[in-house]
Amino acid sequence: MKKVRRVNLAALAGIAAVSMVVAGCSSGGSGSSSSGSSSSPLTASAPGITKTQILIGSHQPLTGVAAPGYDEIAPASNAYFQYVNAHGGIYGRKIVYKYLNDQYDPTITSTVVHQLVLQDSVYAIYNGLGTPTHLAVAPYLNAQKVPDVFVASGCECWNSPSKWPDTFGWQLDYIREGKILGNYIKQHFKGKKIGYFYQDDEFGQDGVKGLDMEIPKSMVVARESYNPTVTNVAPQVTALKAAGAQVVVSFSVPAFTALLRLISLKLSYSPQLVVSNVGSDPITLAGLLEAFAKKGGATVSGNQLTQGIITDGYLPSLGSTSSSWIKLFQKIHAKYLPKLPLDGNVAYGLAAGYTFVQAMLKAGRNPTRQDLINAINGGLPQGPAVAPYAYSSTDHNGVTGAYIAVIKNGALVQTGPIQVTDTSPGGAITTYSTAQPAAPASGIPSP
Amino acid sequence: MTLLRHLAAAVGVAVILGVASVMLGAYRDYQMAEVAAYVVAVAGLSLLIGLSGQISIGNGAFMAIGGYASALLLLHLGWPLEVVFVAATVIAAVAGAVFGIAAARLRGPYLAGATLMLAVALPSIAIQYPGVFGGDQGLPVTITTPAFLGATFPPTRWLAWLTCAAALIALILLANLGHSRIGRSWRALRDDEVAAALAGLNVARLQVLAFVISAACAGLGGALLAVVSGIVAPGAYTLTLSIALLTATVVGGLGTLPGALWGSLLLVLVPSYLTNVAASHGLSGAASSSVPIAVYGVVLILVMLVFPTGIQGALRRLFGSASPAVGAPLSVWRRHTSASEHQEEGTT
Repeated sequence: MKKVRRVNLAALAGIAAVSMVVAGCSSGGSGSSSSGSSSSPLTASAPGITKTQILIGSHQPLTGVAAPGYDEIAPASNAYFQYVNAHGGIYGRKIVYKYLNDQYDPTITSTVVHQLVLQDSVYAIYNGLGTPTHLAVAPYLNAQKVPDVFVASGCECWNSPSKWPDTFGWQLDYIREGKILGNYIKQHFKGKKIGYFYQDDEFGQDGVKGLDMEIPKSMVVARESYNPTVTNVAPQVTALKAAGAQVVVSFSVPAFTALLRLISLKLSYSPQLVVSNVGSDPITLAGLLEAFAKKGGATVSGNQLTQGIITDGYLPSLGSTSSSWIKLFQKIHAKYLPKLPLDGNVAYGLAAGYTFVQAMLKAGRNPTRQDLINAINGGLPQGPAVAPYAYSSTDHNGVTGAYIAVIKNGALVQTGPIQVTDTSPGGAITTYSTAQPAAPASGIPSP
Repeated sequence: MTLLRHLAAAVGVAVILGVASVMLGAYRDYQMAEVAAYVVAVAGLSLLIGLSGQISIGNGAFMAIGGYASALLLLHLGWPLEVVFVAATVIAAVAGAVFGIAAARLRGPYLAGATLMLAVALPSIAIQYPGVFGGDQGLPVTITTPAFLGATFPPTRWLAWLTCAAALIALILLANLGHSRIGRSWRALRDDEVAAALAGLNVARLQVLAFVISAACAGLGGALLAVVSGIVAPGAYTLTLSIALLTATVVGGLGTLPGALWGSLLLVLVPSYLTNVAASHGLSGAASSSVPIAVYGVVLILVMLVFPTGIQGALRRLFGSASPAVGAPLSVWRRHTSASEHQEEGTT
């Protein structure tokens, strides 16, 4: 007797398909029209744009190794957008900013960006954070012609207009930053032994590339890299100490700057630290240092340990309270972000948000996706950054310069002039003496 | 006969999935492709645990092998996709054989421990040799939609077709294997190793074979997932993935193919659904990013409390007793306990 043993996979798949439909439905929406004149009615001119709102998306490390500090950036951008929305929006449309957690894991980045593009139909991906993470989605976004604007990473790779026409960097790229830091080290630490400590990916490698353009090879006694998934950096720090490095240049995320500092302390090793902007926010660092030390059963003063760290800044330093930009940041921070400290990450998010609004206003009343790309390719006026943007149709880098700063009592203090440079090995580093334009009184860029 | 039935069923499924992929939006197609990738890996693990009675916490590592193998083959040799999938499966199977033979003497928790080591250690190889494996950043996996489908064909639909086709083929083979003499032998040694050995079964060889097949499935799953996400990076193949596979296997229903499907659906849909819920309720910062993870945990605990035999077991209990016509078709790889049935199968 044969029992019923039919494999009714068909019924099964039917149920599976139905459960997918039930779990949600897809959103479509396409079609394009050219941007109209100032009196034309608002239309749904592109995916993510309706008569009343502009939907943009992002991937951010809200948990995991890169989260400390960086998880403040997207809320800060959102605070700026809320400020703009409360003051008339962009041609009357409100910006809706949906940022999803990718845990700084490239595979999750791929998943959440697919969700944002395919399910939510965002107009653009804005300020996607991280070099390894964003590299996972840049090809996809460009293939889909989704504007990929103001990536939150200084990788020079975003500047590939022929390969990735829809991708734009924003912050000072790591090559320029490496050159500016390297130039300072060359001038101020003559004859000293230099050691490198850097993240082993395009972030750290770009930084080292810039450093090597300025620091003579003979001065560099050790090159130690770390992997962000391996939190034990004692071997690297021991090697730096053994090589006798008197100055350690660190291209690291905040958590690893803190680890470097604590392990040096443990090994009674006290080189002069020179840290990349992304890994040197004093408030974030102090918090991490105290938290890590506490985990290890020790008590340290964060501000004491960050004292004297040399870094660079491309936004007005938070201590310069006379700056119109800092005043604007303080105003928005107090109203929309009272729970977060006003630190470098919050300033970063606010400034990047400002730049996005600059670009959106320039893209026109009823912009297509291409209109946004064209607007940035046409160049943007200098905004909250101390140096101008590089944007053109052949250059997708953002900020082009920075000043050297020293951490004193938990705050950045500018110590030198603003310097600008390019990304080429021979490119000169020049002082930029044009005064930074003041922030508009309304706090919103003019179209 | 069994093969024919499975083939006919698979054709039916293919038609339904094809229609669904056209009717559903691009993102559902993408999720369908994700589910297809996971279902192969989960089915392989389900076979290993549910049928042969061995435990592996390291199948994520075999997914990594399949993923990296396909990325490297596509990148350097530019092989056609179907060949790449087969090659990735074979490479993972070979790795599974090497490890399986080495671990053949290990039982229960000891085997689990050894596979755990694999899950922890293997991804760091990619970090140790960034020149070959691209380090932390991983390697890109790009595929193009074939030209004959036209320029406007949605790429995610092609992705869904591709992965579902591969998954269906793998599932047909697994369904047949489960019904074959080998499948029955696995059940025998799962239920009583000594009795199986006395009955003349080569226990060690059968166990290694199950391990190899589950590794091969994980390899294919890994290759499919690489194509779906467009990247292979070590961050994707951590211990978390291996545990997630195990979770999907157990929650879906051990030792059943439909269970593998339920588990994979859970794996793909629940986190993305919860993320959306957390985002739309305006939870702030740390809360909105932790809530999905916490709720996911609660869902898993609840499922295991309410349905100890997994989702498939619950469905079988709900429908199986009341109307066998519905329950029976759902039970691929049903447990065979009655002696007469064994005998009957042995003679067919």
